[in-house]
Order: sequence, then structure tokens, then C-alpha cells
Amino acid sequence: MAGMTLAQKILSAHAGRQLAVGEMAVIPVDYVLAHDTTTAWAIEPFGRIAQKVFDPSKIFVFFDHAFPAPNLQVAEMHGKIERFCKKQGIKIHHDGVCHQLMAERYTYPNTFLLGADSHTPTGGGMGAMCCGFGSTDAAVAMATGKVWVRVPETIKIELEGKLPLEVYPKDVILAIAKKLSSEGANYKVVEFGGSAISDFDVPSRMTLCNMCAEIGAKTGIVPADARTREYLERQGRFKPFEELRSDSDAAFSEVFRFDISKMEPMLACPPDIDNDVPVSQVEGTPITQVFIGSCTNCRIEDLAVAYRIMKGGKVKEGVKLIITPASREIYESALINGMLLEFSKMGATIAPPGCGACLGRHMGVLGDDDVCVSTSNRNFTGRMGSPKAKIYLASPAVAAASALEGRIADPRKYLKGNGRA
Amino acid sequence: MRVWKFGNSVNTDLITPGRYNITTDKQALAKIAFIEHRPEFAREVKKGDIIVAGRNFGCGSSRETAVTALSECGLAAIIAPSFARIFYRNAINNGLLLITADEKFLQGIDETHQLEVRGGEIMDLTSGARSPAGVSPMLLALRKYGGILEFLKSHRIDELERIES
Repeated sequence: MAGMTLAQKILSAHAGRQLAVGEMAVIPVDYVLAHDTTTAWAIEPFGRIAQKVFDPSKIFVFFDHAFPAPNLQVAEMHGKIERFCKKQGIKIHHDGVCHQLMAERYTYPNTFLLGADSHTPTGGGMGAMCCGFGSTDAAVAMATGKVWVRVPETIKIELEGKLPLEVYPKDVILAIAKKLSSEGANYKVVEFGGSAISDFDVPSRMTLCNMCAEIGAKTGIVPADARTREYLERQGRFKPFEELRSDSDAAFSEVFRFDISKMEPMLACPPDIDNDVPVSQVEGTPITQVFIGSCTNCRIEDLAVAYRIMKGGKVKEGVKLIITPASREIYESALINGMLLEFSKMGATIAPPGCGACLGRHMGVLGDDDVCVSTSNRNFTGRMGSPKAKIYLASPAVAAASALEGRIADPRKYLKGNGRA
Repeated sequence: MRVWKFGNSVNTDLITPGRYNITTDKQALAKIAFIEHRPEFAREVKKGDIIVAGRNFGCGSSRETAVTALSECGLAAIIAPSFARIFYRNAINNGLLLITADEKFLQGIDETHQLEVRGGEIMDLTSGARSPAGVSPMLLALRKYGGILEFLKSHRIDELERIES
């Protein structure tokens, strides 16, 4: 029998028995995450099967998709969730994107997180198994503490080399999406490895894992290591964890190797995530909006990249630059170190922490003629507003350079050196 | 029975766009299915109609409203070469029939065709072509109960490991 994959080990540990790939299992979950849309939808199904949640301390509700409430309908939806959570003793967080807050405050290596949101794989950057589910699964997990899963195959992605200047994890995952396609990892786990991965800090790994949702994966995961420890220590919540790894003879369904030293800044062109090109092919395309935000790319490291490029410059007349930090911690760090003041002086609009413009509900909805460079994760038709608007996905570096020029721009023109892996 | 034909990678933002996706009323959701992508769909769809789509149907977000909206429209089935993961799970849990079938066979079907699904097979009554119908055993099993919530009213969740279609 072949060795076990990391995902198989985590799921087996939860099931309390050795699971084979392809097997159906019912496993206990360590955390249940839901937000202001998916919780609203979990309340009715929950009520059909239970009175009390299995453990309120393991359930985390976030108001992020539309917070502060942009209209009466959302305010009423929030109210309905607040009444449910109060009755059940569940804490509501409303100071950032759910995935970022989970990573900052709760997620731990080798755990299983059931998240009622497709970008739950973000937490895979911490060596946890974090998978996205719908509201019925969230309701069942809130009631029983368990979920049914099919033990997935794993695709191994090995990253080798060093990132060139002004090329970032977002460019890496867009290059991977181009190669694998938007369904290339359907139902499977993407496990990252290779010599370069140890150079990637946890925020960088979170960007990689976050976008695994866009290639169909059940999740992305980076095995926990010294970098993970470093991140947990920075959050003041380190306790020892086992450095679980896939066995050397584990059977991967596919293995891909990427030399990241040859990579370039990339953009995913509308309307598909796998429609990726190097910046040189779309450079000069006029734009009307830049969005630096989302669980994909608005951590403090991302803001620092954008700041370095924009320092001393101004947002181009006619362009709206919207910066939406992913969490209160990030927002406060950028306040304290002065970046938010500087961005504001450059002409940026600073929005409160949350999902913001990413899903087109408020704080930066696109009109028919808008063309947006966004650091988020989806460029689907109508994602951020009008179905006629165009969305290009890119790194914070490309977004910042484009905000300065009012057109898609190559950040390497502003070479000031990389500040992160 | 009418066939509604869609292309590859129909995503959840096309099915229930984010701006409309702020209601928990199932009937209201049925009215916004494909509201911008194909506005006549919600007006004209009838109970028993079938969607025939391209690869990776339902990709994108976890919003279960995409499954609810299509389910509430009364669709008999959605047939595609492949489905995106969370949409697939949501359909399994809700008992919405998703069928996988050969891509070439599906490409030969247009909206004037009449289909019948019977005995593990899809029959194109117009062209005479046939294809095996792939259905998740978990979906078939849960459909008998009317979805996972109904199943859980009389079973413990651990019994799902042994559920048989």
C-alpha cells in the first residue's frame, strides 16, 4: 500500500481510523465558519434538525460580505443572524474578512476547518485542512459537529527557485491557474512543496491556498513548518504542533513543478481565472478603478508592496483606488505605521475591513464602463457589479503601478526591491 | 419538458449574482436565477425542464442559493460533463439531481431536443443518441429521503458512511 498524503493523514486523525483515498467518511470538525450571507441561509436548515449548536465555542460567525450594512435588507439579515447567535451563544466578529480573522485568531496546523465560504482554503497556508462548504453543511456541522467527506486525491505542486523582483505569490498562483485551468484540481487537494516554499511566509502561502478554490480544489495546503511557528508566535498564540508531512511514497494524482525564478507579473483577464497573461500583453489598457483588498491580497505585507511602488506618487486623475484592509489588525498596523495616511494623501479611498468591493455588493460596485484591476480572486462576468464591467486580477504590485498610471502597468518599472518572498 | 442549454464554467455569480443574493426567500431566489445572464430563464422555466451544460457547472462561490434557485424552479435535472465541487455537494445535500454525461453526447443536444432519463441512461428522443447517466451514489441515497436534513431527522450523521443508494 502506498504511503499517505498529508490530507489523508489529517482526515484519518479526525476519523479515528486510517482512511483510503476515495472513501466516504463522517468526521468531526474543529471549527465551523460562516458569514453574513451563509449564516442567514444556515438558520432555517439548522432549525429543522436541532435546537442547540454542538459547541458554540467552535462556531465562528463573521459579518464581512456586507458590513456595515449597506441597505435595509442586509441590516435585517444581520439582525436575524444576531438573534440566532445570541440565543446559541455564538460570538460574531465584524472586523475583517472571515478567512483572515480565522487565521489571525484561531486556525491551527493539522486541524479541520469547515467554512461556509468558497475561499476557506486560505487557512491552508497554516498547514490546516480548510475546506469550503454550503449552508446546509454548515447547519449540519453546527448541529452535530460533523461533516461527510470523500477522502480526496492530492495534486502536488513543487515550487523551485527564487521570485524575481516585483513578482509575487499572486503571480505564482495565476501562472498555476493558467497551467491547470479553472477545473484542473476539481475535488482534489493541492499540496504545495518544493525548495521555494520555505521562503514563503504564511501570508504568501495564504494567497496561494486561497486561489486553489479558483482551480476547483477541495483545498490548498502548505505543510506547517518553522514559518508557521513564526506566524503563530507573531500572533502570540504558538503552542507546539506536529510537522505532519505526506509520506515519501504517497500516491499523488499529479505532480507539477514550477520554476518561479522565470515568472513574470501576471493578470487574469476577464472573464475567467485561467485566462492569464504576462503583464506585457495587456500593459497600457486604460482602467477606471483599482481595488486592493480581499482575503487573497490585502494583508499588511500586500499594503507594504503597494506603498513602496506608489510612494511619492499620486493616484492618476480619473481612477478610483479603493483600499480595503482584510482585518482590523491589518487596518490598525497600517494606521500606526502611517501607510493609510500616505495612501489617503495619494488620493486613495480607504474602506473599513471586510470583503468590500470583491463581490460587488457595496463599496466599489462597478458600472457598465468600468475596467478594474483587482487584487481579489474572481473576474467572473458581473462579479463586482455590471456584467459589462471588466475585471483584471493581479498582484498588489501590478495594482499599485496601474493606479499611478491609469492603465495596466508593469511594476518592474518601479523597481525598489522585494520586501517579501 | 424543455432543454435549456448553457456553456462551460457556468459560475454561481451567473446563477444568483451577489447583488441579488441577499434574500432567504426560496421563491424570490427562483425568480433571480440567471437574472442577468439569461433573463427569460426564470420567467419561462417549467417543472420538469432540464439544463444541459458544459464542463465545470456551478463553479465559484459556496452560495447554496445557486442550488436553491435552480431547485425551486422545478428543474428535473442538470446534465453536464462535470460539476464544481461545492455546487455538487450542495445539490447532493438538497437532492437536486445532477447527472454527468459524455461531453460529445451533450454537445449534440440543442434546445429543440426532447430528453428522457431512465434506468441509468440519458436518451435523446430527437436524435436517438444515448449516453450513460452518472449520478453520485450519495445523491441517489439522500434523494430517497428528500435530502440530508430529512435523513438526519431519523438517523445519526455517522450512518451516512453506510448509506446505500
